[in-house]
Amino acid sequence: MPNEVASAKPGTNFDVVGALKDAGLAALIAFGLFSLILGLRTEQDQISQQLALIPRPLLLAGAVAVVFAGRFLVALLVRRGGMIDPGALLPHRLTAKLDRLGRFLAPALLAFAIATPFLFYSNRYLLDLGILVLTYVMLGWGLNVVVGLAGLLDLGYVAFYAVGAYSYALIAQHFGLSFWICLPLAGIFAAFWGVLLGFPVLRLRGDYLAIVTLAFGEIIRLVIINWSSLTGGPNGIASIPRPSFFGIPFTDDEHGFAAFFGLEFSSTHRVVFLFYVILALALLTNYATLRLRRLPIGRAWEALREDEIACRSLGINTTHTKLTAFAIGAMIGGIAGSFFATRQGFISPESFVFMESALVLAIVVLGGMGSQLGVAIAALVMIGGFELFRGFEQFRMLVFGVVMVAIMVWRPRGLIANRTPSVFLEQRKVIPAALVEKARR
Amino acid sequence: MDYFLQQLINGIALGSIYGLVAIGYTMVYGIIGMINFAHGDVFMVGAFLALIAFLALVAIGVTAVPLALFLVLLIAMLLTALYGWAVERLAYRPLRGSFRLAPLISAIGMSIVLQNYIQITQGARVKPLPPLITGGYTLLDHGGFAVQLSNIQIIIVFTTFVLMLAFSWLVAATRLGRDMRACEQDLKMASLVGVDVDRTISLTFVIGAALAAVAGIMYLLYYGVIDFFIGFVAGVKAFTAAVLGGIGSLPGAMLGGLLIGLIETFWSAYFSIEYKDVASFSILVLVLIFLPTGILGRPEVEKV
Repeated sequence: MPNEVASAKPGTNFDVVGALKDAGLAALIAFGLFSLILGLRTEQDQISQQLALIPRPLLLAGAVAVVFAGRFLVALLVRRGGMIDPGALLPHRLTAKLDRLGRFLAPALLAFAIATPFLFYSNRYLLDLGILVLTYVMLGWGLNVVVGLAGLLDLGYVAFYAVGAYSYALIAQHFGLSFWICLPLAGIFAAFWGVLLGFPVLRLRGDYLAIVTLAFGEIIRLVIINWSSLTGGPNGIASIPRPSFFGIPFTDDEHGFAAFFGLEFSSTHRVVFLFYVILALALLTNYATLRLRRLPIGRAWEALREDEIACRSLGINTTHTKLTAFAIGAMIGGIAGSFFATRQGFISPESFVFMESALVLAIVVLGGMGSQLGVAIAALVMIGGFELFRGFEQFRMLVFGVVMVAIMVWRPRGLIANRTPSVFLEQRKVIPAALVEKARR
Repeated sequence: MDYFLQQLINGIALGSIYGLVAIGYTMVYGIIGMINFAHGDVFMVGAFLALIAFLALVAIGVTAVPLALFLVLLIAMLLTALYGWAVERLAYRPLRGSFRLAPLISAIGMSIVLQNYIQITQGARVKPLPPLITGGYTLLDHGGFAVQLSNIQIIIVFTTFVLMLAFSWLVAATRLGRDMRACEQDLKMASLVGVDVDRTISLTFVIGAALAAVAGIMYLLYYGVIDFFIGFVAGVKAFTAAVLGGIGSLPGAMLGGLLIGLIETFWSAYFSIEYKDVASFSILVLVLIFLPTGILGRPEVEKV
C-alpha cells in the first residue's frame, strides 16, 4: 500500500486514527477479495444438476472483521507502513537459546522415538502415525540434501518416491525377491532415474530447474497412470508382499515370528517392526548426510548453494556436484518409497501427486533449509500435529501454503536455521540467519 | 484434410486462452525475473469469480446474455486484478532482495493457498455451467465430416486479438508501458531515474491478473466446467508457452500459446489423448534444455 507508507509519520507510536484508516482500507480490500468467493457458495442441485448460490453473509462479515482487527492491531502496535522486522519477532538471543536447546532436543527426540513402541504399544493408531511421521522425516532429510545443502529446488521429488515404490512392488511381485533385497535395488533405481533426469537439466538456472523437475514429476505420474499393463494404471498395485523379520514372516502359525520367539501372536508385532525399520532408515539417512557434509563433495554442495559462479571459478565441476546431490536425494526418496509400498501393501498414482512434493518441500522450508533437526521437528509438527486435529484435515494444505509464504517473508532460512558451515577453520562459528540476510543485501 | 482443419480451429482457440495466461508469466518474469507460480491459480480464481458473478447476476434478474457477459467480464477482471495485487503485495514484495529461490518458494506457497482456499470455500466438485453462447458456422461439409467453427471460438480468438492489440499499445505508447520497459531493463536504474518501481510492478501483476481473468472466463465458456485444480495444469502449459515463445517477449507469449494449443490439440487428435499432458510437459523440458531463450527471446547474460 504505497499511499499508506507515504502517510506514515515516524515517531508517532500510537496513531489510532491512522491505524483505523489503515484497517478500514484493508477491510475494504478484504471485502473485495472475499465478497464472491466466501460470501457465496456454489452448490449443485441434486435433481436439476443446476448450480445454485448459497449466501454466507456471516462468514464474509467475520472474515472482513478479522482482517480489520488484525490490520488495526498490526498498524497500531508495529510501526505503520513498513514490514515487521524479523529480528523483532525472534530476537537474536532467543535464537541462540533455541540453538542451545537444540543440542538437548535432538537426543531427547531420538530417545522418545525409540521408546514410542513401548510407550504406545496398545495404541495402534499412534504407532501408525509414528511411522507416517518418520516416513516424512526421511523424505524431508532426503530432499534436504537437494534443496537445503545443494540449493537446487526440486519440485518433483515425489517422482523418486514413486519410482522406489513401484520398483519394489514390481520386483517383489514378478521376481519374488524379499524386501531386504528390493530395498537397496529400489534406492539404486531411483538414484539411476535421478541421474537420468538430472543430467540434461542441471545446467539450467535455479528456477528453470525447479519447473523442469515439476514437469518430470508430472510426466512420471502420468506415465504410471496410463501404462496400465505394467503399473495397473489408476487402480494401482495391490497385495504387495509385506516385509518379514529377516526371513521370518509375521504370521500366526508355527513358522511365524510369534512362534519363533515364543510370543503370543499379535498383529502389532509387524507394526512395531515397521516402526523400527523406518526409524533405522531415517537415522541412516541422517548419519550419511551428516558424514557427506564433511566430505569434499558435501563442502562443494554448500559452496554451490551460496554462490554458483564463485564455485565455478574455483574449479568445482558444478554439473557433477549437482548430479551427486540430485542422485543421493533421489536414492533416499526411492528407499522411502519402497518402504511406503511395503507398509501400505497397496500403491496407486493417487499417492504421488504434486501436492505430496509440495508437502515435503514445505517441511524442508519450514524446518530451515539445511537443518536436520529442523526438518524432523517440522515433519513432526506438520504431519503429526495435523493428524491429532482430525477435524481440520481439509485446512492442512491451506496452512502449509500460508506457512511457506510466511516463512519466506519473515525468516527465509527457516524457523530454527542457523547456517553453521559443516567445515570450519579453527573455531565453530554460528552465523544467525538474520545476519546472513543482512550481508546479502 | 477436413479433420485437420477442424483441429487447427480448435487448437487456435485453445492456444488463445493459453496465450492470455502466458502474458502474465512473461511480463512478471521480464520485470522481476521470477516465475509467478501462482499465476495459473489466479487464472482459476478468475474463472470461479466469473462463474459466481454470473450466477449472482442471474439470481438478481439480469438474464440478457450479452449484458450479463459484459458485467461478468467487468466484475471478474476487477476482482481478479485485486487478487493479483494482493498476491504480489503479501507474498512477493516483502521478498525483494531475498535469496534467489525465495520468491519461487513463496509463489508455490501462494499457489497452494489459492487452490485450497477455493477448494474449501467452493467445494472440490466440478462446477458445470450450461452453454451460454451456442451456434456457429459449418465451413466445409463433404459429407460425413463437417468442419465446425462455433461462435464461442470466434469470440475467443477475436477477444484475444483485441486484448493483444490493446496491451501492445499500452506497453509501446503509454507512460506505464515505458515504466515497465524501463523496469525490465534495470530495476535499480529505473528507480534512480524516477520510475516508481513498486507501483509499476504492482500494476504489472494487476494487468496480468486481469488478462488471466479474461482467459478464465473464456475457459469457463468454452469447456463449461471448472474445478479448483484447472489452474495447475493450465498454469504449467501457459508457462511452457511463455518459455517456448521466449520469456519476456509479448509476441512470443502469444506465439508460444498458439503453438502449445496447436501441439496439444493435434497430439490428442492424431496420437493419444491420454498422453496430451505428457506431450506438453515434455515440450517444456525439451525447450528449457535445448532452447532456453525461446523463439523470440533474447539470450540472458549472467552477471556477478
